[in-house]
Amino acid sequence: MSWSLLFFLLVGAVSLAAALGVVTSRQPVHSALFLLTNFATLAVLYITLDAQFLAAAQVIVYAGGIVILILFVIMLIGGDTNDFSAAQRAWSRTVGMALGIILLLVISYSALSRMMAPSEDTAALLQGGTPEAVGIELFTKYILPFELVALLLLVALIGALVLGRQQEGASEGIPSVKANE
Amino acid sequence: MDTALLFDNAVVLLPELVLAVGVMVLMMVDIGRRGQNGSQLLAGLSVAILLLGIGASVMIWGRAPVEYLDGAISDGFALSVRLVILIAGVLGVLLSRNWFPAIERQGGAFYSLHLLAVIGMMLMGTATNLIVLFIALEIFSLALYILSGFYRENARSIEAAMKYFLLGAFASTFFVYGCALLYGAGGSSKFTQIHETLATGGGNPSLVLPGIALLLVGFGFKVSLVPFHMWTPDVYQGAPTPVTAFMSVGTKAAAFAGFFRLMMTALPSFHDQWAMPLAILAVLTMTVGNLTALRQSSVKRMLAYSGIAHAGNILIALVAGTAAASSAAAFYLFAYAFMNIGAFTVTIALERQYGNENDVEQSRLAGAAERFPVLAAAMAIFMLSLSGIPPLAGFFGKFLVFKAAVEAGWAWLVVIGVLNSAVSAYYYLRIVVAMYFQQPEQAGDEKEQPFVPASRSSVFVVVVSVLAVVVIGLQPGLWADLLRGLGQ
Amino acid sequence: MVETSYYLVLAAIIFTVGATGVLLRRNALIIFMCIEMMLNSVNLTLIALARQWGNLEGQIFVFMIMAVAAAEVAVGLAILIANVRHRQSINIDEINLLKW
Repeated sequence: MSWSLLFFLLVGAVSLAAALGVVTSRQPVHSALFLLTNFATLAVLYITLDAQFLAAAQVIVYAGGIVILILFVIMLIGGDTNDFSAAQRAWSRTVGMALGIILLLVISYSALSRMMAPSEDTAALLQGGTPEAVGIELFTKYILPFELVALLLLVALIGALVLGRQQEGASEGIPSVKANE
Repeated sequence: MDTALLFDNAVVLLPELVLAVGVMVLMMVDIGRRGQNGSQLLAGLSVAILLLGIGASVMIWGRAPVEYLDGAISDGFALSVRLVILIAGVLGVLLSRNWFPAIERQGGAFYSLHLLAVIGMMLMGTATNLIVLFIALEIFSLALYILSGFYRENARSIEAAMKYFLLGAFASTFFVYGCALLYGAGGSSKFTQIHETLATGGGNPSLVLPGIALLLVGFGFKVSLVPFHMWTPDVYQGAPTPVTAFMSVGTKAAAFAGFFRLMMTALPSFHDQWAMPLAILAVLTMTVGNLTALRQSSVKRMLAYSGIAHAGNILIALVAGTAAASSAAAFYLFAYAFMNIGAFTVTIALERQYGNENDVEQSRLAGAAERFPVLAAAMAIFMLSLSGIPPLAGFFGKFLVFKAAVEAGWAWLVVIGVLNSAVSAYYYLRIVVAMYFQQPEQAGDEKEQPFVPASRSSVFVVVVSVLAVVVIGLQPGLWADLLRGLGQ
Repeated sequence: MVETSYYLVLAAIIFTVGATGVLLRRNALIIFMCIEMMLNSVNLTLIALARQWGNLEGQIFVFMIMAVAAAEVAVGLAILIANVRHRQSINIDEINLLKW
């Protein structure tokens, strides 16, 4: 077994364990921390796959932005609820598991079967996925999606404004729902 | 890269550009009139922008299809779908002029999101590469999540937004996973490139089938195919009615257009593998949609299930997978835009009559023909058209789709489709019967409520829709020639 | 060099774990995190495939997905908070004004 494979298995195992942690934790805070671990290990894997820029972006965007935002919301609304209402949801559990296993089997089967050999000079072509290489590609061949992402961010901006704004005329804090029902 | 490349063929995206600039103007105007209530001006501006967009599409209509930056194309199909979406957008804006307090207060946000959703939907129809397709999908999905929750003070609306968001985001992950596997199969995100690589025996063909399966799950959620439809009635019922009306048409048109192009330009060589699962989905969708619609008491929920059934009908065109079928689907969507939005407009007008904010029960329609003869007559026309009774627009939509499917050798599927149409006639006609032939149960207090006049823009939408449904029905050939399919 | 298939299988497992999480959990925040995790597994898939094909297209796609994920988080959390203001709960089973 080569060292690189050993490394992959190690990091992959941590990543997988973290993924399981996200799903099984009772406390959302724990889930969020497991999620952070998962994101960080994936960033390590990106480096082994010649994607340096994305590894950095992964840490900055996901770990630094998204997880922090989620943690803020947890602090804001508190989220400790025990939500495994097993008796009520037994069927959906079984169905979920079954679907999951089928999905997994299908994807791994096709992933493992007859993959073509990677290109010989991959590393040269990818240039290690440095910011320079990705940037040049992004601002020449892929300028259209880049522009479109700007529209997407505009939507998110307006949306967060509309939904997050404190209601006009509403009293401090949480407005009463009963009035509308 | 030469900067000239950026402007070469940029005319392909002219309608989108017009709308994008329009959104910015709209937001500026909104800032300029801070503090004023009412959003008449903004609505007028949005309509003007959308009409400019239609003008721009008409301008580039006859040109030979060109591709822009390997990501967008302007062929007949893209333009046809664009037209449908722009029309749905105009009608949706007009519908919102019904004294909804939330929209009056935050008109700037509402109309800019509406226009952005239209841009995203139009891009779905033009996208020729997986990255653009995915971003377009996300643009309109995100805008619609927010619009569904636009009545923030209404718990149902916010809840609808939450459900729509969680299921929609879940579906998007499947969609993008499917895109990733297709990229792995063909080594490119360009549809045509994927096809070329796979057709010449290269790539990883073993990744194609799981890729298609995952894409189907994501796509099924977006156009609410059974068994991925459970969010539809809830969201349709909870979301503001003008949004529901726009969404029910726009999402279908956009998602079908994007998926049509993807399947027919990237994976035509796998047609044998994907046609059968799609056919089964179509049968399920039509049957479950129609049978469940039979049991609904709320008009909006009934329309939601009817929308599911219509998605099943359009799916038949995709199963057939020919150029004729894609133009039939465009025609179907064109007709559907008018009749469905028309039906929702009447629903809004009736909501106002019965004093309920955001829904109306079917049982209350009894005797409506006496109280509101014009509304009832319009509703009757839309219901007849939706059920596919000739010579209205809905009939020719179904007819063209079924014809294309028979020609492609899917006669059994068409038989099931026709049977389903017969079932659907029952619940559409039930509304007509209730309005015209039933007496209201508690006649006393209902009569006392004064008649609430519909807004001028609603009247306009109803008149235009009725005219369109009748004219398209009388002159189907004209419109069928105008709306083109893939590769035509 | 580790084979691409291994990465794909790891990504598939993480995706499946996330998907089962979405189906089994009722806490909207955790569901939300599971969705983010699924998107990340897609990113891993794309980067692995980009290396196999030796083109940067997959990496560009990942960049776009990151932007989309960020936008989704902003909107999703805003909807979540708006919902909590009404219901004081983030369990989606307790949200039953409309039938789930």
